[in-house]
Amino acid sequence: MTDSVLTQLVADLLAQRIRIVDLTQTLSPEFPQIVLPPEMGQAWPFRIEETSRYDERGPAWYWNNFSCSEHTGTHFDAPIHWISGMHLPNASTDTIPPAHFIAPACVLDCSREAAADADFLLTIDFLRNWEKQHGRIPPGAWILMRTDWSKRTDPVAYQNLDETGQHTPGPDPAAVRFLVDERRVLGFGSEAIGTDAGQAIHLKPPYPCHYYMHGSGRYGLQCLTNLDLLPATGSVVIAAPLKIKQGSGSPLRVLALVPTPSDVPAHRRKRIGTRPAKIAKRRAAKKRL
Amino acid sequence: MTSPLVRPPRKNPIPRTRVASLPPGMRSRVALGLTAAAALGRFELQVCRDCGRVQYPPREACCACLSRRLDWRVQDGAGELLSETMLRHSFELFFRERMPWRLGMIRLDCGPVLVAHLHGDCSPAPARVRVRASLDRAGQAVLIAIPEKDTPNMADDRQLREMTCDPKFRKVLVTDAKTALGQALVDALVAAGADLVWAGCAEPWKKSPGFERLASIPQISLLTLDLTDSRAVRDIAGEIGGRVDILINTADYHRNFGIAARNGIEVARAEMDMNYFGFLRLAQEFAPAMRARAADGQSSAVAWVNLLSIFALSSFPPHGTYSASKAAALSLAQCLRAELGSAGVRVINVFPGPIDDEWNQALLPPKIAPGRLAAAIIDALRSGAEDVYPGEVAEDWLARWRDNPKALERELASASR
Amino acid sequence: MPRAAYDDVVIAAPVTRPYTRYSIRGAHWFLAGALAELMRRCGLAKQEIDGLCVSSFTLAPDTAVGLTQHLGMTLRWLDHIPMGGACGIVALRRAARAVQCGDADAVACVAGDTNHPDSFRMNLATFSQFARDAVYPYGSGGANASFAFLTAYYMRTYGATPEDFGKLCVAQRANALKFPHALMKKPLTLDEYLTARLIADPLRLFDCVMPCAGADAFVVLRRARAEQLGLPYARVLATIERHNAFPDDPVQYRGGWALDREELYAQADVGPQDIDVLATYDDYPVISLMQIEDLGFCKKGEAPDFVRRHSLTADGSFPINTSGGQLSAGQAGAAGGFLGLVEIVRQLTGQSLGGAVPDARVGLASGFGMINYDRGLCSGAAILAAP
Repeated sequence: MTDSVLTQLVADLLAQRIRIVDLTQTLSPEFPQIVLPPEMGQAWPFRIEETSRYDERGPAWYWNNFSCSEHTGTHFDAPIHWISGMHLPNASTDTIPPAHFIAPACVLDCSREAAADADFLLTIDFLRNWEKQHGRIPPGAWILMRTDWSKRTDPVAYQNLDETGQHTPGPDPAAVRFLVDERRVLGFGSEAIGTDAGQAIHLKPPYPCHYYMHGSGRYGLQCLTNLDLLPATGSVVIAAPLKIKQGSGSPLRVLALVPTPSDVPAHRRKRIGTRPAKIAKRRAAKKRL
Repeated sequence: MTSPLVRPPRKNPIPRTRVASLPPGMRSRVALGLTAAAALGRFELQVCRDCGRVQYPPREACCACLSRRLDWRVQDGAGELLSETMLRHSFELFFRERMPWRLGMIRLDCGPVLVAHLHGDCSPAPARVRVRASLDRAGQAVLIAIPEKDTPNMADDRQLREMTCDPKFRKVLVTDAKTALGQALVDALVAAGADLVWAGCAEPWKKSPGFERLASIPQISLLTLDLTDSRAVRDIAGEIGGRVDILINTADYHRNFGIAARNGIEVARAEMDMNYFGFLRLAQEFAPAMRARAADGQSSAVAWVNLLSIFALSSFPPHGTYSASKAAALSLAQCLRAELGSAGVRVINVFPGPIDDEWNQALLPPKIAPGRLAAAIIDALRSGAEDVYPGEVAEDWLARWRDNPKALERELASASR
Repeated sequence: MPRAAYDDVVIAAPVTRPYTRYSIRGAHWFLAGALAELMRRCGLAKQEIDGLCVSSFTLAPDTAVGLTQHLGMTLRWLDHIPMGGACGIVALRRAARAVQCGDADAVACVAGDTNHPDSFRMNLATFSQFARDAVYPYGSGGANASFAFLTAYYMRTYGATPEDFGKLCVAQRANALKFPHALMKKPLTLDEYLTARLIADPLRLFDCVMPCAGADAFVVLRRARAEQLGLPYARVLATIERHNAFPDDPVQYRGGWALDREELYAQADVGPQDIDVLATYDDYPVISLMQIEDLGFCKKGEAPDFVRRHSLTADGSFPINTSGGQLSAGQAGAAGGFLGLVEIVRQLTGQSLGGAVPDARVGLASGFGMINYDRGLCSGAAILAAP
């Protein structure tokens, strides 16, 4: 039976009845990196050094060396990343059961709220309201908070820092506890630079998403994009971090399998789920201040 | 009378760009004593310890008593112009391209007779003059006689300008204009007559007080530049590298750790990645174009300025890994000086003591104010010097280091306990 | 202690090879040519020449030593004189004492250089430590700049005018037009001299010598030997040399001859008024005027007046540089230090190739050279007499 399900999966993919949506930002030196106070250890931004490019350093080949933090770009947080998860078993990227790398996703559309308030906090009320429309959040699912924050292609706007720190949306402590305790989710995903809100240091406990999720052996995804192309329910997310020994996380490719609505004709199926080239160009132009 | 410098017309793109030539650069080792002093902006001659006779040209033994105990001493340069000529034919390309050239024969009040470049405002012989030492385009010391009293537009003298790196009518890149020093420097360059100043900053999402105001100054062009990003440096060089006449690398990653005070190499690595590798990236991408434009008319590529630190000479253990990164940068700056030397582009190293900024907040005064440091950098560009030690701490440490570097090492180690 | 006389030491066989502006040959080629002609003129076989004195700027990396093996000569006396325009006088002095004391029987003195398009510049750049450290970096004008300083100072101090220098140059050009080996073949008028292009103010084109390739030579032997060979000769009456004279003069306005001329004339037992023909070292006109003063023909500062009062051609009231001097014959490197001496020997032995000075009995050849820094360090002079 499994055989025919997988055969069907392949056939559906080929026929674009299932499309693949890339939820990953491109790893490049321009992509903003999380900023901590200067006295703290810093996460390296993505940097890439050319090794050779069909030249005297290597005549027939092109390759690079790169460096970054485990938490650079679109990345995965393992439970060991937080102090609350430091003693849990199977808590690092090399020991997490691979079965957890493929899971259903629930997409919570907070884009209007986040547009109005950069410090928007996701609450239990919002969750209950969402469940009224889309049904109960199943166990073992990713909760993806869509804020359209990935559309802020200007790094200054994406970081959104001022004299009081960073201002990005995230969940409040009660909402996280609800997701962990009442819904037993797999993890939390965000479009912003952290799963927690930018001002989450002032919440109780500070950084509640990290604290509670990782403290109960759950995971995080950050710097996601294209969440606006996903339905509220029905997607399956593939998120497999690099198998780093005692890794606290890693940059990764996050893909969503999304069923194409049945009323979409075949010739249109391919175009859905890809980001037009125009926006990539605008992003490059926005390197200047 | 020297006419004030006029903004040069826009470059005609059709003719070939003139390739740099240099004045004769060979000197005996003993004559390099003159160069060592001129590098610091000083005019020094050998004085016999036994009979007091002042020597010139530099030599191995006193021309009066044969004593070999000759000490380099600062001279005031006062003297009399005995004879002069206007040279109209030269055997070297550098001077052939710059004819006519005024030369003088001067007797210093302290004794020796010397041949010197002669400023256009000096009265015909016989006349009183002042003699100064400057580095020329070959990076060697030469003597210049200037009028006894300053004259209007003196710095614009055509021959004098060949020896200096004056920012007037030039285009300058300041790699980090976000810090207090960077802003002060950008302001000072505009005041000194620079045509265009690219004000660089990394991480534009980190706001810095005072930086926004720079956007409204017409000569300033804001620029995102992160020296830790190789591709970005290459891209920026591709855009503006062919127009940069003076490059001032102010990017500086400064933390306050020795070895034991901080676990892990991450901070030290960040210091090296900015202060040493960032400099290396910048040099690889910007130096070739500067070399090619070293003789490109009145506003040629002329200087590369490195903001080092007096800590580069001798480690300041509380900032030990930072000191090491600045020492690495100093060594690389010497390498760059050798590579740019054949094109006549001067590498100027600035060694301030602690700057009065956030990362030196815990250090006791005296600390050098950003405005004063910026002024010292402008002065260095206008003078013929290449090693600059601005402020009391820098001068003090340099004197101690030259006198006995091991003693300085001990003094710094015990001061930090 | 009084200087010893020269007994019967004589100088003979004046050789000047044709000068050329540029040559692909090395210095060895020109020196060998001069030596070969010298041997022919003397009737001496190579092995009969037992002493050799060499001067050359472009022989490097060889010195006189290398030349002996290069030319296959075995010698019992050898010297190398790196003294530029004074090398002829100094070579004569060295060779004369060697012959006088029996250290050698026949000393060949030869000076010559090649000239490639860039060799002059190369020589200038490494001429001396002081020049390299303290002169060449300033404009790289070579001796032109150094002598411009001296000329301007001399003009300001003593009132010499361009016309005074011009008269000397015009007269020497007239002399040169009759001399077959001179490079300059066109006449020169005073107006052309005065309006020629400036090289280093106040020096103009015709104040400067033209570097070229060539060689000069002579032989020094005992009178008996010269007569045995049937060689016309001139007697050596007196010589002087001096190096780094008057070091405290801030600008050079006098040379070593001023210190030693009394002894020169005393040893020769003649006075300036007895000199029938003069050869000055003329790298620049101002130095010729300096030599006229310092060798006692007039007081210091009066040479402009002297020049105005005399005619300086071979047939004039005071013949100077009768083969044209370097200013019109050309400066073949070190051969410039032999040119005047060789011409005096010709005049005194009736072998003039150009304009002959009638009844020349006593001649004076002067040497000067080696602008080590800001002044010529070497000076010398020799008084010769017809047999």
